[in-house]
Amino acid sequence: MVVILEHFNYILIIIMLMAGLYVIYANHNLIKKLVGLALFQTSVNLFYISMGKITGGVPPILTEADMQAQNGQLETVYSNPLPHVLILTAIVVGVATLALGLSIVVRIREAYGTIEENEIDAIEYEHNLEGVKG
Amino acid sequence: MDFVTPAFILDVGLLAMLLVVAFAIVRLRSLFAIVMLQGVFSLLCAAWFVSLDAVDVAFTEAAVGAGVSTVLMLGAMLLTEREAKPVPVRLKILPLVIVTIAALAMFYAIPDMPGFGDGTAQVNTYMGQYYVEATAREMFIPNVVSTTLASYRGYDTFGETTVIFLAGLGIYLLLGFNGKAGQWQASPAGEDIAGKVSDETSDGEGA
Amino acid sequence: MNPHIILRITAKILIPLIAMFALYVQFHGDLSPGGGFQGGVILASAVILYALIFGLDAARRAVPPVALRIGMSLGVLTFGGTGVAAWLVGGNFLDYTAFAPHSHHAAGQHWGIFSIELGVLFTVSSVMVAIFYGFASRVPDLSDKDW
Repeated sequence: MVVILEHFNYILIIIMLMAGLYVIYANHNLIKKLVGLALFQTSVNLFYISMGKITGGVPPILTEADMQAQNGQLETVYSNPLPHVLILTAIVVGVATLALGLSIVVRIREAYGTIEENEIDAIEYEHNLEGVKG
Repeated sequence: MDFVTPAFILDVGLLAMLLVVAFAIVRLRSLFAIVMLQGVFSLLCAAWFVSLDAVDVAFTEAAVGAGVSTVLMLGAMLLTEREAKPVPVRLKILPLVIVTIAALAMFYAIPDMPGFGDGTAQVNTYMGQYYVEATAREMFIPNVVSTTLASYRGYDTFGETTVIFLAGLGIYLLLGFNGKAGQWQASPAGEDIAGKVSDETSDGEGA
Repeated sequence: MNPHIILRITAKILIPLIAMFALYVQFHGDLSPGGGFQGGVILASAVILYALIFGLDAARRAVPPVALRIGMSLGVLTFGGTGVAAWLVGGNFLDYTAFAPHSHHAAGQHWGIFSIELGVLFTVSSVMVAIFYGFASRVPDLSDKDW
């Protein structure tokens, strides 16, 4: 029981991760798959940041007293800044790749007339069959 | 039960809202509602980041995830479809089984993870504390995340800026800033070859 | 009487404030949460708001796509250029202490961080506006159904 209450954030975040993964697997619509991917990415970011939290800590912006201290002895406890740095990069890169994925979906729509994956597969199958026959 | 503080209740409340939004995204078929709920999910994540003392990350998630990303998805959705077609139930059983097995495997690993808020865990003691102390000692800049991003881990930020530039380049090539990309006709030496190559390429070129 | 007059007047008041806030976030990244990425996205959202309310053609006259192409590359160039400038002054690549080696207040670090955050601002704001232009200028195949 104590294990569950100490690790409640991991349990709930894993459920959200799996929800995002399920949206990717179980849908044929390309835009809904991309939204599931965005959900997955945001949940992964949440996972990392929740590991960096320290109880009784403050955001990692140095206070006046700690700026004056010269010998490296800090008075306040700061939450771990390293996951923040990595996830900052991950968020912006995630939106850049999402924009690229969406533009590919727009081009697919113009080329095939649909964005459902099973219909695109059927059109490709017919197209390849014509190549084999003719 | 001494850790059931108001902060804990806030954390659990925000996480519960996140779970509800995630399940709504799984069940809905209207793409407009799904895109809007993804924006709501990002905003709730930004609120939870503030509760976890990650203020820079909350700022970026709110601006990027709840702002720009929703606008881009709406733009893409307006150019494609408004509703997703339904998927028969028999095709959803295998994904559910796979996802459940993956979730159980990850649950099995949870007792080895550091506890929530543990300051003595291995992940929080080595490099993170070094960056805070080094910033206090030699940088004279209060924001530790800024100094780490720009100076101690400057190479990663350089790579990230290049990736964003490449995304802009890709959008320029795929869609074009005037809406005309993908509609050019190749004409080497002035000769129009669009009719001759259209059998070999996919259906979209030379439209 | 334009039916969107309330939106237009509110936007005219808000957009300069949003742009000013973006620059504030960018330059106060050292003292408070902020920095290049956040400032760049807020600046891009000011331009996107202008495009949403006043139309894409007006926004394209205000921020032409040529400026976006230049801005994207200028940002990466500024970032890499800071690293190369550190080389030329005598340090390693992206070693900012080479800019002011005899300073007691890490002035070299201040200059280096200022310069690369400026590069990040140019790239991020240009790319976000460019992505919006890419989606918004494409003509949809179907006619718009009623919402």
